[in-house]
Amino acid sequence: MITLTINGAPRQLPVNTTVATLIEEMGLAGKRIALERNGDIVPRSTFTMQTLVDGDKLEIVVAVGGG
Amino acid sequence: MNDKLIIAGKSYSSRLLVGTGKYKDFTETRAALDASGTEIVTVAIRRTNLGQNANEPNLLDAVPPSKFTYLPNTAGCYTADDAVRTLRLARELLDGHSLVKLEVLGDPQSLYPNVIETIAAAKTLVAEGFQVMVYTSDDPIIAKQLEDIGCVAIMPLASLIGSGMGILNPWNLQLIMNRVSVPVIVDAGVGTASDAAIAMELGCAGVLMNTAIAGAQNPVLMASAMKKGVEAGREAYLAGRMPKKLYSASPSSPTTGIISSARN
Repeated sequence: MITLTINGAPRQLPVNTTVATLIEEMGLAGKRIALERNGDIVPRSTFTMQTLVDGDKLEIVVAVGGG
Repeated sequence: MNDKLIIAGKSYSSRLLVGTGKYKDFTETRAALDASGTEIVTVAIRRTNLGQNANEPNLLDAVPPSKFTYLPNTAGCYTADDAVRTLRLARELLDGHSLVKLEVLGDPQSLYPNVIETIAAAKTLVAEGFQVMVYTSDDPIIAKQLEDIGCVAIMPLASLIGSGMGILNPWNLQLIMNRVSVPVIVDAGVGTASDAAIAMELGCAGVLMNTAIAGAQNPVLMASAMKKGVEAGREAYLAGRMPKKLYSASPSSPTTGIISSARN
């Protein structure tokens, strides 16, 4: 298992999990989201190519009402 | 009248920009936006609620980006770095959309802009190809620096965010407009329709507001009032007001042909 931080909270995942698999498991597949990994944007087109590693810090965001 | 607001080469018919926060629900949000006639709406970027119901209503469904120009903001950011990261995420989220509202705050009590961090963030964002509409203080020197960096609109506060205190320093707004050639849009502080009209009469290119509409007893009716306030103020500005005459009145009716007193 590997341990990541997703939106500030720890989460354990099997080794060799891709970003695409994680997004699917979280029920966010097809949703309008954006993802940052260790401070860098991960383009949606590369979700299937990026394999997560121990210690990764992810931010997953959406648009919400705001002024 | 062909009087368009032009921001970064794109023209808009409405000079009222509206925030999408603090409404009762998305139905009210959409009704208020429609009543305001706005074409540009601000949105915030926030972490997904990881436990949330996947079928929860979504802002993008209620306020489709195909119908409104989205202006993702950096509300809640206190450093240039957080603001830049937030807008990179926004650009990815909105398929490469580059028009953004930069705001870097100084403290949570006043929400007053930290102009040093704002300038640093603006430099990075402009270099990365963002079209930056920037929330700032009403300091004309900072406003000019932000224009020189390449910001596409300067958006000074009229009073504190969410305060509804109105236009507290019209002189500074005019100083900014005197120095800056990109659109100057009052962002923050408007409380009611007359405040919006005053901003426009001063010559501002537009007004951005959220709480003044969402915080009204009847947000949809206030949105309609704000539309009229902005339009009235703009027309008054273009019409050119009469000069003020201190200490002497000037009658509007003819001064000749007045009947004489029956007693003489």
